[in-house]
Amino acid sequence: MEKTEYLDLYHQMVVIRRLEESAAELYQSGKIGGFLHLYVGQEAVSTGLISARRPEDRVITAYRDHGVAINVGISANQVMAELLGKATGISKGKGGSMHMADVTKNFWGGHAIVGAHLPLAAGLALGDAYRDQKAVTICMFGDGATNIGFFHEALNLSKVWNLPVVWVCENNKYGMGTTIDRASAVSEIRRKADGYEMKNQVVDGMDLLAVRETALQVFDEVRNGSGPQFLEIETYRFRGHSMGDPERYRQQEEVKQWQENDPIGIYHQHLIKDGIATEEELQQVVKDAEAVVKASVAFAESSPEPAPEELFTDIYMEE
Amino acid sequence: MARITMREAISQALWEEMERDPDVFIMGQEVGVWGGTYAVTKGFYDHFGPRRVRDTPISESAIVGAAIGSALTGLRPVAELMTINFAFVAMDHIVNEAAKIHYMFGGQMVLPLVIRTVGGGGRQLGATHSQTPDAIFAHFPGLKVVSPGTPADAKGLLKAAIRSQDPVMFIEHATLYQMRGEVPEGDYVVPIGKSIVQRPGRDVTIVTYSKMLEVSLKAADKLSQEGIEAEIVDLRTLRPLGMEPVIESFKKTNRAVVVEEGWPSYGIGAEISSRIYEQAFDYVDAPVKRVAQKEVPLPYNRTLEQMAIPNAEDIIAAVKEVL
Ligand SMILES: Cc1ncc(C[n+]2csc(CCOP(=O)(O)OP(=O)(O)O)c2C)c(N)n1
Ligand SMILES: [Mg+2]
Repeated sequence: MEKTEYLDLYHQMVVIRRLEESAAELYQSGKIGGFLHLYVGQEAVSTGLISARRPEDRVITAYRDHGVAINVGISANQVMAELLGKATGISKGKGGSMHMADVTKNFWGGHAIVGAHLPLAAGLALGDAYRDQKAVTICMFGDGATNIGFFHEALNLSKVWNLPVVWVCENNKYGMGTTIDRASAVSEIRRKADGYEMKNQVVDGMDLLAVRETALQVFDEVRNGSGPQFLEIETYRFRGHSMGDPERYRQQEEVKQWQENDPIGIYHQHLIKDGIATEEELQQVVKDAEAVVKASVAFAESSPEPAPEELFTDIYMEE
Repeated sequence: MARITMREAISQALWEEMERDPDVFIMGQEVGVWGGTYAVTKGFYDHFGPRRVRDTPISESAIVGAAIGSALTGLRPVAELMTINFAFVAMDHIVNEAAKIHYMFGGQMVLPLVIRTVGGGGRQLGATHSQTPDAIFAHFPGLKVVSPGTPADAKGLLKAAIRSQDPVMFIEHATLYQMRGEVPEGDYVVPIGKSIVQRPGRDVTIVTYSKMLEVSLKAADKLSQEGIEAEIVDLRTLRPLGMEPVIESFKKTNRAVVVEEGWPSYGIGAEISSRIYEQAFDYVDAPVKRVAQKEVPLPYNRTLEQMAIPNAEDIIAAVKEVL
């Protein structure tokens, strides 16, 4: 990677972090409604994965989708405007936090029904396989999602049809308040892929470069016909499941411990240690990212509401 | 009687039934350690323990399917689906198993099952999380569908549902948990399948249920200031449907508006108005009006979402059209 690329990944992670911190405040003040699931702590996962994809590779994820949205190149303005339900939002204010997508960037959405997008991912990959296009579909989901039927049906189908999908489980240890051992018969999630004779591995999701390197290799193999593969990415969400989560199910000690492994901090240290960037340069990147986020809030707040007629558009393509 | 919230009323019914009958138990996502995503089962896990308050994986079909199986053995599961939008994941078990199993095997199998769930929009949760698909469930013979609009009915109907020998979908409303009302203490049971007049009036009959009862009462108060007295019939149960109070009221007022939160096509309003025409055609002075959700998937944006959900003004306008 060129130095500018290293710095760009740092920039992306900081934008996600600051954007979500602003979003949390806007939620508290009532400007954002509905559900808001923050990605804080998990930024290195999507940043690493998406940095390893080619433009023709497709991405699909669940409702915890702000990180992916930024990583695929949706502007902070459009993300923030969507959170505020504005006409300038990436889904015209109709989708909200859980439903960001940008088809022009091969990002096929945040999906809010747990596990429901996994069969869709198999279908996206089928679209490419059918036409002999060399592309990978990257499908991200949580640990909790591996307990729903959709997961098992989609993995099985992808293997039977040898589809170019990379199944990415973001193992953040909880599905809402339920730990893995209370919900899953198999505590080592990657082993579920063994049941479908699918190549699988565990990756440290707090280390952006580890995620990126694994992803580069796996995407390459899948692109060249290896069949579907499975990545279990170890991570942690620093905030509650969504805003307003009383977090009675975990100790603050545990959260603090993970926070010491902040993915942005780890990457920061790495850049310094390896002499890729100086503290001053990184400080500048943070400043730039903060400016981007600040501008996004101003943009979103001054953007117009969707016109009332918008309620009735986009229901069908045809009359 | 005590003045308590809908949340407390539902919680009370569950608690009392679990104390009364050791075969009653709860299963669902986050019902235990978390205390219920709407805090209905707060404290249950500590009191009743993990045998009777069972946290499940995110596996809706297994939740409903296993609840059916356990009910067949004589247990009385109250299976919770976090929201009605996730009931679609369990649709086969609700429709092809729960609704049919008693009939299909010639009455051999008995299914004392309750599926507790929550519907309704208005909280900016977007298209997949804001639906009011009650009519879909009421479509199936073999299922009972209950949806209370007051705390007292919530308590009494949930007790009836738990004691019922048939599978009951018990549909709560996400924006009614804070609603307060007088609720009888102790063993208060409201029979399933009985509609009730919630507000007497002479000029027009408003037929409604659940959240739209609250909205209709508001509309009726405003209409009253203009000298129009609406009689409000609360269905409370969608299947089996208790039409008597509706027909009785209609024969008096000769005009009706049916108010539901869900979409009008093939909906509750369509069913009620059709039955009014069938059962009281000679009393019709004006076409029955339906007030319902705009036929769009609900958007996230607050203003647009509010435009789509029926409000008191919509009801007032409809009433004036039939007068
Ligand atoms: C079918 C379905 N059931 C339940 C829910 C409610 N729900 C939303 S997120 C969630 C937990 C998911 O956990 P996990 O897959 O680990 O993802 P994470 O939130 O940790 O990113 C639940 C139960 C839902 N959206 N869809
Ligand atoms: Mg999780």
